[in-house]
Parts: sequence; structure tokens; C-alpha cells
Amino acid sequence: MEKRVTFRGWLLPLCLIAPQVIISAVFFFYPAGQAIWQSLFIPDPFGLSMQYVGLGNFEYLLSDKFYRASFVTTGVFSILVTLVSMIPALFLAVMADRLIKGAGVYRTLLIWPYAVAPAVAGVLWLFMFNTRVGVVSWYLGNLGYDWNHVLNGNEAMGLVVVASAWGRISYNFLFFFAALQAVPRSVIEAAAIDGARFWRRFFTIVLPLLSPTTFFLLVVNVVYSFFETFGVIHTITSGGPQQSTTILVYKVFADGFVGQDLGSSSAQSVILLIVVGLLTVLQFKFVEKRVHY
Amino acid sequence: MAREIHGMVEKRGAGLWLTHVLMILGVLIIFFPIWLAFVASTVTQPEIVRPPMPLWPGDQFFENYKAALFSGVNVPVATMLFNSLVMAIGIAVGKIIISLLSAFAIVYFRFPGRTFFFWMIFLTLMLPVEVRIVPTYEVVAGFGMLNSYSGLIFPLIASATATFLFRQFFLTIPDELAEAARVDGARPMRFFWDIVVPMSRTNVAALFVILFIYGWNQYLWPLLITTDPEMNTIVMGIKQMFPSGDDVADWPVIMATSILAMIPPVIVVVSMQKLFIRGLVDSEK
Repeated sequence: MEKRVTFRGWLLPLCLIAPQVIISAVFFFYPAGQAIWQSLFIPDPFGLSMQYVGLGNFEYLLSDKFYRASFVTTGVFSILVTLVSMIPALFLAVMADRLIKGAGVYRTLLIWPYAVAPAVAGVLWLFMFNTRVGVVSWYLGNLGYDWNHVLNGNEAMGLVVVASAWGRISYNFLFFFAALQAVPRSVIEAAAIDGARFWRRFFTIVLPLLSPTTFFLLVVNVVYSFFETFGVIHTITSGGPQQSTTILVYKVFADGFVGQDLGSSSAQSVILLIVVGLLTVLQFKFVEKRVHY
Repeated sequence: MAREIHGMVEKRGAGLWLTHVLMILGVLIIFFPIWLAFVASTVTQPEIVRPPMPLWPGDQFFENYKAALFSGVNVPVATMLFNSLVMAIGIAVGKIIISLLSAFAIVYFRFPGRTFFFWMIFLTLMLPVEVRIVPTYEVVAGFGMLNSYSGLIFPLIASATATFLFRQFFLTIPDELAEAARVDGARPMRFFWDIVVPMSRTNVAALFVILFIYGWNQYLWPLLITTDPEMNTIVMGIKQMFPSGDDVADWPVIMATSILAMIPPVIVVVSMQKLFIRGLVDSEK
């Protein structure tokens, strides 16, 4: 879509667009280019010179069992975060949609966790499950379950998943609730007259009508769990124990800043760029659908 | 959406109560971590380190919050709150300004390189800062912007989302307005200030809510570039309050800080709920 009526001149628009273009060039394109360039080199231990290795960094990465494990960890983590954040959100939205009065109050309350930063959410959940002072871990201990996410990789994964999904429940709830409110009442009432009970109506009519929203949220939540959960992981587990919660974004940080392995970190950045690209394409595909719906 | 006709599909009687009970249960479970943090911020350290801690607030509210705000652990939390405020407002206002300008240029002008710049901005959609941290850090360090507000703000304000939002909106402004402005001999910037900006008010406000939260909740970027505790933001500063090694963390102060860290974004979201939901839905479209 284009405007028919435009203003003349080319200097003014160039000046108007300049701030964004300059900032994008300096803080986006140059660093991204650097990442691609550096991924082809290995710096010597003193950082004085760089040795060209072609795709060596990538070959090394893809044969590195820790890196491949990190891919699997990221996959498991993002699937779990997506499920744990979407299913309760859908349930709450369906409940809220059945209410004529009071839904607004619940919505106001349920928005809260969205405003809580992932890193702060990490601290809150860490506090509840802390092995020494945590309330939940203490009660679990009383029930005979010895909770220790510092040593147990599965428990660590469970904890970062729940802490990451928590704030997203609010987000998903808002989208599901809006979509449910948009489902035509006449369709539901027609089904009800035909004798379909609530859950039957839900699975045969409502859920299919929600599918554009569901697909959209699936993609957005996967993107979220890939890129925005760094704070949760860093505050709760720092990637441990034994790298069992080291997702890809955390590994870029750990190898680049903590391990100072620039070549490998850059190659990881490039691989992540490709992943982001694919996810964005996917996102646009689903967003298209959503718009047509 | 108003539903004047209470049909057979809404719940009544026992079912209605059950729905309310389930909703309340859901809200309680979701709120529990926040409640527990609040309780922890009102009791003494010994009450926490001898589990189980109480589940009802104690009487140390003022002591703990005073300790957090004015002494903190590494730096007073008041300082971190101020830094976060500068960063969040800087990012929100900065993004809105550069996006308004560039969207105006793209929609209302035909100039050399327009398509190129459009795609250039479009591509930045795909590059979250997490992906290119090492080289971006080097750029910022090269400019001497470590431990500075500009270092906290600039690398995060060039995202394309806001630009696209404004572009979409500008395209819906009737052509007659621009036509009339041109006939009257109004210069483009006059049209921008008198017509475009006032008409975008609601979009600007909705975007401000979203961007404020985005800026306030940043973690990785401030963690990398603020090595000086005086420049820490509150969200990244909480983790720095945990002692290294086996020392016991000062839980009441840490939890008071966590509560303080969530109050500004929660106030923004809850008080501007309508705008927030609108901004959320718009910016994801």
C-alpha cells in the first residue's frame, strides 16, 4: 500500500530517516557483520592476531557434544515453556470467558506477572525452591521428596521452565481471552440448542476457531523461550548443573564473555541468526493467516 | 464486548460459582510467588533462614525497605531505581521519536534509497541483542559508552517494530489531509507536527507502555555494560546482591528489592491496561 499524496524533496526525508538508519547500522549491521566475519577466525591466546580457519569454527561446533547437547536442551526447554505457559492460560481464558461479571477484575490481576522481568521472576522462583530456605522445597522435604535443583539436572530444568512460563501465562491469557470474546455467540448458541455440552462445544467449535491465535502464540512463545529467558537461567542455575540448562543464547554468553572464546561465540551467533531468520519467516506466515482470519 | 442477552451458554448457579472458584484458585497460584516475596520483605532474616518462613507479613516492612532503598548491598536500591527509570524512559521515548520520523519519511516521501532503507530497517526485526552481544559490546566499548546511560539506551532503540506500527497507522490517515496541507502551502514538518503527531497520540501512548516494560525489564545488556555498581539497573542488580560462595544472602533486603523492581512496570501495566492490551495486540500484528 502506498500513499497517493506525497511531499516533494529528498533531503528532508533522508534527514528524517537518518537517526534510525545510523543507529541500525552502528548497533545492528556492523556488529552482525563482525559476528559473521569473526566466525571465520580463531584468535591466538593473547588476542593479538587472528588466524583464518574458514568454516572451521562451525565444523568444530557441530561436532562438539556440548553444543549439540545445548541444541537439544533448547528444544526441550522451549517446548516445555510453550506448553506450560499456554495450557493454563487457555484454561483460565475459557473460565473467564464464561463469566458475565467479574472477568475484568480477574484480567487485571492476571496481567501482573507479565510486568515482572524474567530475571526478577527467576529470583522469586529461586527463593521458593532454594535448597536451604525455600518454602516449597521445605514442604516437599516434609513430604519425603528431597528437592535439589543445584545437583539434579531435571529439577533444574523444571524450575527454569516454570519460572520462564509464569509471566507468559499472563501474555497468552490476554490473547486467548480476546480471541474467545470474538467467537460469534450465535455459533455457540446454535450448538447448545443442538444439545452439545460445554466441553464438546469447546473441542469441536471453539478450539478450531482459536487455531490462528494458537499458532501465533506457539511461534511467539518459542521465540520468547529462545531469546528472552536469559535472565531466568542466569539468576536460577547459571546454565548448570553440568550444562543441563545451558540454552543456546546462554552458551553464546558463557563462551563469549566468560570463556573468552570469540571464534566459537561468533559462530554460535551466526547459527542463532539463522535460527531467528527461520522463526521470523514462520512468524510472518502465521501472522498472515491471522490477518486473513 | 457487551453481552446484553444472557443466553444459555453462560454459566449460572452452581456452575457459575465453580467457575469463580477455579478462577480465584488460578489467580492465587499465579500470585503466590509475588505474595511470598512480599512476605519475605516484611520479616527478619532469622525468620527466613529457619524454614519454613511465615506465610503472613511481619512487622519489618519499613526497616527492610529503608535498608534496601538507602543502603542496599553494593549500592543503594534508590540509585538502581533511578538508573532503570532513565533507561526505560530513554528507550521508550527514543524509539518513539526515531520511529515517528522514519515512518513519516517512508510513507510521505519518495526519495532515493527509500526501498533500500525500508528493508534495512525491516531486517533489524530479526536481530535481538542477545544474538550479537559480543560485537555489540565491542562497538559500545569502542565509543567509550560502557557504564553510561547512552550505552544502556542506544543499542536498544533501533528496533523496527515501532516503525512498522507507525507506518501502518500513517497509511490509514486520509490523503485529503495531506492534500489540504499541500494546497495551503504547509511545509511537510508543519503537517507532521500539526496533523500527524496529534493523530498518533493513542498509538504513541500504547507503544510507550510496551516499550517502557521492555526497557525496564532488560537484563543481559545492562549486565554486560555496567560494571560500575553506581550504573546498575535494578533488574540486573538483584542478582548482584547475592553473595558469592557460602555466605547467606540477605533475603529480606533482596526480596524488598524484587518487590521494588516490579512496582513501576506493574503500575504502568495495570493503570494503562486498555492502552497496554491495545499496544500488545498491535505490536504483534
